[in-house]
Amino acid sequence: MKKILALVLALVMALGLVACGDKGGEQQEGGTPNTTGEEKVVKIGVFEPLTGDNGAGGKQEVLGMQYANYVQPTVDINGETYKVQLEVVDNRTAAENGPSAAAELVNKGVSIVLGSYGSGVSMAGGTVFAEAGVPAIGVTCTNPQVTSDCDVYFRICFLDPFQGTVLANYAYKELGVDTAYLLGMLGSDYDQGLIYYFTQAFEKLGGKVVAENFPEGNANFVSYINNAKAANAGVIFSPVSINYAQLIVEAAAAQKFEGTILGGDTLDSNMVVEAAKGKDVDVKITTFYQEGGNPEFDAGIKEWINANADAKTNNGGNDMVSAVTVMGYDAYFTALEAIKAAGSTAPADILAALPGVTYSGISGEIAFDDIGDAKRDAAYIKTANTETGAWDFVKIQGID
Amino acid sequence: MQGILPYLISGISVGGQYALIAIGYTLVYGILRLINFAHGDVFMVAGLIMVYTTASMPMYISIPLVLIFTVILGFAIERVAYKPLRTAPRMSLMISAIGVSYLIQNLAFYLTGGLPQPVKTSIPWISDTITLFGASTKRVTVVTPVLTIALVFALVALIKKTKIGMGMRAAAKDFETAQLMGVKINSVISMTFVIGSFLAAVGAMLYFTNYPTVAITSGGMPGLKAFVAAVFGGIGSIPGAVVGAFLIGLCEEIIKGLGQSTFSDAFTFALLIIVLCVKPTGLFGEKVTDKV
Amino acid sequence: MKKKTIGKEYIFTALILFVVLAVTMVLDSQLPSYHIVIKVIKKASVYSLVAVSMNLLNGFTGLFSLGQAGFMLLGAYSYAVLCIPVAKRAGVYQYFDGGIVKFSLPEVFAGFLGDKVGAAVGMILALLVGGLIAAFFAYLIGLPVLRLKSDYLAIATLGFAEIMRTIIQWNAIGPLTNASNLLKGYPDFSSATAYLLLIGVFIACVVLLVNSTYGRAFKAIRDDEVAAEAMGINLAHHKRLAFVISSFFAGVGGGMLAMYMGAVPAMSFRSSMTYEILLLVVIGGIGSITGSVLTSFLYIAALEWLLRGLDTGKFLGITAPGLFKNGFRMAVISVIIMVVVLFFRKGIMGDKELPDLLRRHTKKGGGEK
Repeated sequence: MKKILALVLALVMALGLVACGDKGGEQQEGGTPNTTGEEKVVKIGVFEPLTGDNGAGGKQEVLGMQYANYVQPTVDINGETYKVQLEVVDNRTAAENGPSAAAELVNKGVSIVLGSYGSGVSMAGGTVFAEAGVPAIGVTCTNPQVTSDCDVYFRICFLDPFQGTVLANYAYKELGVDTAYLLGMLGSDYDQGLIYYFTQAFEKLGGKVVAENFPEGNANFVSYINNAKAANAGVIFSPVSINYAQLIVEAAAAQKFEGTILGGDTLDSNMVVEAAKGKDVDVKITTFYQEGGNPEFDAGIKEWINANADAKTNNGGNDMVSAVTVMGYDAYFTALEAIKAAGSTAPADILAALPGVTYSGISGEIAFDDIGDAKRDAAYIKTANTETGAWDFVKIQGID
Repeated sequence: MQGILPYLISGISVGGQYALIAIGYTLVYGILRLINFAHGDVFMVAGLIMVYTTASMPMYISIPLVLIFTVILGFAIERVAYKPLRTAPRMSLMISAIGVSYLIQNLAFYLTGGLPQPVKTSIPWISDTITLFGASTKRVTVVTPVLTIALVFALVALIKKTKIGMGMRAAAKDFETAQLMGVKINSVISMTFVIGSFLAAVGAMLYFTNYPTVAITSGGMPGLKAFVAAVFGGIGSIPGAVVGAFLIGLCEEIIKGLGQSTFSDAFTFALLIIVLCVKPTGLFGEKVTDKV
Repeated sequence: MKKKTIGKEYIFTALILFVVLAVTMVLDSQLPSYHIVIKVIKKASVYSLVAVSMNLLNGFTGLFSLGQAGFMLLGAYSYAVLCIPVAKRAGVYQYFDGGIVKFSLPEVFAGFLGDKVGAAVGMILALLVGGLIAAFFAYLIGLPVLRLKSDYLAIATLGFAEIMRTIIQWNAIGPLTNASNLLKGYPDFSSATAYLLLIGVFIACVVLLVNSTYGRAFKAIRDDEVAAEAMGINLAHHKRLAFVISSFFAGVGGGMLAMYMGAVPAMSFRSSMTYEILLLVVIGGIGSITGSVLTSFLYIAALEWLLRGLDTGKFLGITAPGLFKNGFRMAVISVIIMVVVLFFRKGIMGDKELPDLLRRHTKKGGGEK
């Protein structure tokens, strides 16, 4: 009898599934404004990892969008005021969850999508957005493949080839290093992509590299640091995710590595700088934005973070502004510009309007090229101040 | 350029940490014939407790608290998830272990918000950097193997000399006969989980002092490797687990030193498969014949 | 097996399956391909197939293997490598000069079978090749490890899956597998019906196998190895057969998962994926194909869609942002799993199949073979 009960239950659930599905189908006419009460609403999808390896970075990126939404909760379309609603869906850092998370967003009737932190999951979600014809703005996914192969994906950050080259130039020309030790996680396309472009540029300049990979979940970086020392490397280039970066900084300090630890935009996190605080290490990174670049914005977001306990937790427990947060903020306003330019909430109209959108953001001027990538020619270099536990600005570096 | 020495130091330290986890596996397997998949996660939870307690309490309170909570967790897991299945087939028991591991990870995920937790206040003294034969390292690297060996001697004494230790030996030899002979099997099993969790908690404190970030998956790899160490040394044998753990720790670091780090994990598993196929009883294991 | 008359219960079963198929076709025609329901059906279909393949091994043959993710990985990569359109290869293999495979099966067949049919034939062929590659590796690894006892076998196959993942990510074979970078751009069936039909065929094969002489031998091995051997069943041969066939279907399932995901990184095929599938098998009932399929559908629907509210603060009209935050959904699901593992040890279906249920319902007690 229990079996039959279970079966009946299962059937009921399956039927419920079908019923809900139909309802979902009706309401999702791709961004038709839901008239809840008097107010008209336009939905912006947030496709970000809130959990998993990139959870920390994803949360900080979402913070920027939430703050932007707090600052500018409405948008005027053809003279009518729409309320902007953020729909946040967690893609769990993993490509296998990309399609369903993306479908969930499309299902909620979003007009445009922002995200994701991490290129792999962006690509996985991209196929769904392309099918649905919903435009997406990549915030900090730096792999060239995200936009080159997907018509609906745009992005406002620089790309791996650019960042890798900038870092190589900086290491060779500014730090005067001719041997670099490259350390990335096995299986992470982000790490390996940056390492590839760094190697290309560094070897072209006449430098020598030693590249190694560590397996996922590795916590013991002592031997890697020893390998770097044995190779007489002046820099350790480790564009890895935040938790590995913390461990690498820790190990380098314990092993008294005397060179520089160089990283990409993922290292731009208060958690990394905290790991370096009070230790004898030199950490330098490239990033999109420097705290203090816009005092008014900084003051505003800090106030907001401090007033909001959840936001503070998600930001790693303090009010330091990460570059990804700023990028999230800019992405939100770029999306609003696109909606205004389209004069409609329909994804297709916004998609058509996006290539022509320009926006003067906190992180710089934003404009798209033919592929949909941002036109950016400079990266900020920052260094971890081990006394104050904050990032100090070093210089703006381009490829020259 | 200090040659091979830093790798050896690091290897011995890693081995010591694996050894502390491996003992938990080997004790439980010796008695219940169960690969306690949740053991690695208990280790991770100990790390998390350490993160939270050390942040808010002085060391002399927080360290005992880590030990106590971890032991309670190990004890509770056995009572809730393994005891009801004592008569069930071994596969059910192992599935239950996998389920517990899944549950612990997801709960930890929920409670930590899915973010790796950095150890902000590390245990003093052992986290200082020292110079050893010209190679700099944390003091914990040296403390780990010494402490491990000391604990193993204490454990061996406990098993050899005390009544509960005799019960454990009897249960490991023959579960049912031991029961018939009046060994309180449930308390013996609980005791093995308590000891295993205690050592895992010590291991966690050393491990996360050395590598101060606790992610919810932090327990997985050390757990699996410690299990491999236990198999390598001969499962059920405590000295075997310790020797196996040190060997695996050394091999791993030497492979990294040779520049083959891509395969440092794969090597451990390859070693496991080879040992299982060539000498399933491991280095020190006793030959067990399965009864029909 | 003397009478060849078809019982009523089989007609009902066929009817139910037909209704499911019809509903899916209707959904396909009514909903856009990116709709969450379509995605759920697709992913659940794939999980069903993999769960059934695992059940064949763990449930029917009693071999406790934890290598499923490794075989899925092989299938997924085979499918992706064989199906990426030639024009996209330079982009996908951006660090490896376009890779060493310079053809794409769907395109090859599209050449002489027409675009639509040819592409479908090529894709299905690529899935089968993926299955065969997984089966081949299963054969190799099976030679040493199948002699091991239950839990040793589990840990050895788990280790094997991890080794496979490392090798695929190895830079030296990057021109073939794209190393750490994901593969993407390959074609997918846009309709859920196609997925359902495909897994239907494969699961039907498993059902036929389970009910054949081989299937009975597998069950005999599960119930008592020694007795089975005494009855003249060649243990090594049958174990290897079950292992290879199960891996074949896991490989095909992996290929379909790749299809569904749209981009495949080796990172996704962790041991936690194997655990997830194992738990599905257990909840469905070890030894019940119906159970595995049913649970897969329920689990994926709950995980990807129905219970999402638990993570975002609103569920069934209850708003509790403090409690319903990120990760709560997974916590709830794992508690349910533990309850089933501990208190409903037989799972939803025990070892019953759909016709068994209908049989007991339609003609009471008249269901002996």
